[in-house]
Amino acid sequence: MTGKSRAPNLMVFGVLLCLGLLFLVLPAYHAGNLARIMVLAVYAMGYNLLFGYTGLLSLGHAMFFAAGMYGLGLSMTGWGLSPVPAFAVGVGAATLASAIIGFLALRTRGVAFMIVTLMFAQAGYLVILYFGAYTRGDEGFVIQQADRMIAGIDLSGDAARYFTAFILFAVCFLGLAWLVRAPFGRTLIAIRENEERAQMLGYDTTMYKLRAMIVSGAISGAAGAGYALLFGYVGATFATVQYSIFPLLWVLLGGAGTLIGPLVGVFFMFYLIDISSAVTSAYMLIAGLALVLLTLFAPQGFAGELRKRVFAWLP
Amino acid sequence: MEFGPHLLLASLEGFVTAAILALTAMGLSIVFGVMRVVNVAHGEFYMLGAVIAWWVASLLGGHPAIGFVLALVVAPLVVGALAAVADRLILQRINYDPDRTIVATIGLLYIIQQTTLMTFGPEARPVEAPFNTRLALPWFEFGDKGLTMFWPWGLSTTSYKLFVIGAAVAILLGLWLFMRHSRFGLLMRATQQDRETALAFGIPVDRVYAWVFGLGAGLAAVGAVLVVPIQQAHYLMGQDPLLLSFIVVIIGGLGSLPGTIIAAVLIGMSDGIISVFFTPTLAKIIATLLVAMVLVFRPQGLLGRRAQ
Repeated sequence: MTGKSRAPNLMVFGVLLCLGLLFLVLPAYHAGNLARIMVLAVYAMGYNLLFGYTGLLSLGHAMFFAAGMYGLGLSMTGWGLSPVPAFAVGVGAATLASAIIGFLALRTRGVAFMIVTLMFAQAGYLVILYFGAYTRGDEGFVIQQADRMIAGIDLSGDAARYFTAFILFAVCFLGLAWLVRAPFGRTLIAIRENEERAQMLGYDTTMYKLRAMIVSGAISGAAGAGYALLFGYVGATFATVQYSIFPLLWVLLGGAGTLIGPLVGVFFMFYLIDISSAVTSAYMLIAGLALVLLTLFAPQGFAGELRKRVFAWLP
Repeated sequence: MEFGPHLLLASLEGFVTAAILALTAMGLSIVFGVMRVVNVAHGEFYMLGAVIAWWVASLLGGHPAIGFVLALVVAPLVVGALAAVADRLILQRINYDPDRTIVATIGLLYIIQQTTLMTFGPEARPVEAPFNTRLALPWFEFGDKGLTMFWPWGLSTTSYKLFVIGAAVAILLGLWLFMRHSRFGLLMRATQQDRETALAFGIPVDRVYAWVFGLGAGLAAVGAVLVVPIQQAHYLMGQDPLLLSFIVVIIGGLGSLPGTIIAAVLIGMSDGIISVFFTPTLAKIIATLLVAMVLVFRPQGLLGRRAQ
C-alpha cells in the first residue's frame, strides 16, 4: 500500500531528474527544442487541468496564452519593466482574462461552452489586430536580447534558457501534482465524472469550475509569458484558433487527466512536426493522420493507455 | 455615395453572404441534429467543393456555363461520397463519441487541407461566372419635386449575385420538401428523434448516418461552388465558413433547421451592415462579442429548446 502511494511521487521526481540531466547529454539543437517543449508543456498542463481533470472542453485558451505573452511583452517594451515584474503582469493579465471569460462562459455547457470560449478568444485575437499600432498585429515584435536578463544572466544563452524553462516547468508540474491529489483536485475529478452527484453532495460546482478555469488560465498565461521571455518574440499568431487547438491535441495525445500526459503529448507532436517538416511542406498532414489514428487505436492517449494496461497508480 | 444607397448595397452583399452561409450551415446543422456530432472538418468539405469546381471548369474549357453546371453536380457528389467514406472508416468505428469525434475531425481537417495544398497548390484560383451582367439599381428620394428616381453611381449588383440568392433559396426549399416527403427524409427524422427506437424498427441507422454525413458535406460543397465565381478557390478558404457556420448553428438553436436559416440571414446581413458603420476589424470584434453574449445569456439559441 505504501509502495503504491509512493510511486506517483517517485515518478514526478524521476521525470524532473531526467529532464534536468538531459541537458548535459543532449546536443545544443535538441536541448533548444526541449526548452521549447517544456514551456509548451506548461501550457498543455494548464489546459489539462480544465479539460482533463474538470472535463471542460475550452477552445479559447490561446487567449490566455496570448494574454501572458502580450502582458509580458508590452510591459517590457512599453513601460520598460524588467523581466520578473513583467512576468507577473503577464500572469496577472491571463488570470484576469480567465476570471472574466470563466464567469461568463460557465453559464453554458457542452458544445455551447466550446463555441463561447472560441468566440471570446477570436475577439481577443481581433483586438490584438485592431490595436496594431502597439501590438504590431500579425507581424509581431521582438523583445531585445539586452532586455531579457534576470540578475545579470542572459536568458537567451543555451543553458540559461534551458534551466529557466526547466524551473517554470518544475514549479507548475509539482504544483499540479499536489493540486490534483488535494481535496480541490479530487472535487474537480468528481465534477468531471458526475456533476449532478457532486452538486448533490453539497459542492458549489460552478464555483469550483470557475476556480479551475482561473488556475488553468493563469498557468497558460505563465507559459505564454515564459515563451515570450525565452524566445524573444511576441506575435498575434499565438492568439489564433490554431493555438487553442494545439493544447487540446497535445493533451489528448499524451493522455487527458494524467499528470505526465501533457509533456508526452507535446514531446511527441513537436518531434513529429519537426521530422515531417524536413520531408514535406505539408507537414500538418502527418499531424492529421496521427490524430485520426490515435482516436481510432489509442483514444486515451499514451499515458492513459499506460494507466489502463500497466500502471493503475499513474496520477 | 450617399448613406441610403450605400446601406442598400451593403444589405445586398449581406444577402449573398447569408445565402451561402445558410447552405453551409444547414449541412452542419443536419449532421449535428441527426448524428449529434460536431464536424470540425465541415469547412474543408466546403473548400473541397470550390477546388473541385475549379478543377472541373478548367478541365472542360468552352463556355463557362458548361463547366459551372457540371461542377454544381459533380462537386457535391464527390465531396458527399468522400464524407460518407470518412464516416464509415473513422466516425463509425469510434462510435460517434462526442469528444473523440471532434479530435478525429480535426485530424480529417488537416488531412484534407494539406492534401489539397500538396496537389492543388498554395495559389488562389478563379472560376469564371456563367453569366455576369452588371445591373444598376435605382434609388428613390423625396425632394422638392416629390418622389424622384435616380441611378446613383456605383449602386449596382451583378446578375450572378442575384442568381446565387435564388439558387440558395431553391436548394433549401428542395431540401425541405425532401426531408418532409421522401422516404429517406422520414428515416432521417426517425433517427434524429430516437436512435434506439429507430434501430428497433429495423432502420439501418449506420447507413442513415453515412448518408446524412454525406448530405451535410454535399451542402457545404454546393455553397462553395456557388461562391467560387465571386471568391477564388484557395486551400485555406474553409476556415471562415466553418467558424460562421458554427455561430449560425448555435445561434439558431442546435438541430433546429428553421432556426439555422433565420440565424444565417441575421449573421450574414449584420456582417454586411455592421461593416458600413465600422472598420472591418472592429465590426468583426463587435459581431463576435455579440454572438458570444447571445450564447451566454441564451445558450439554447434563438429557436432551440432547452436541453433536459
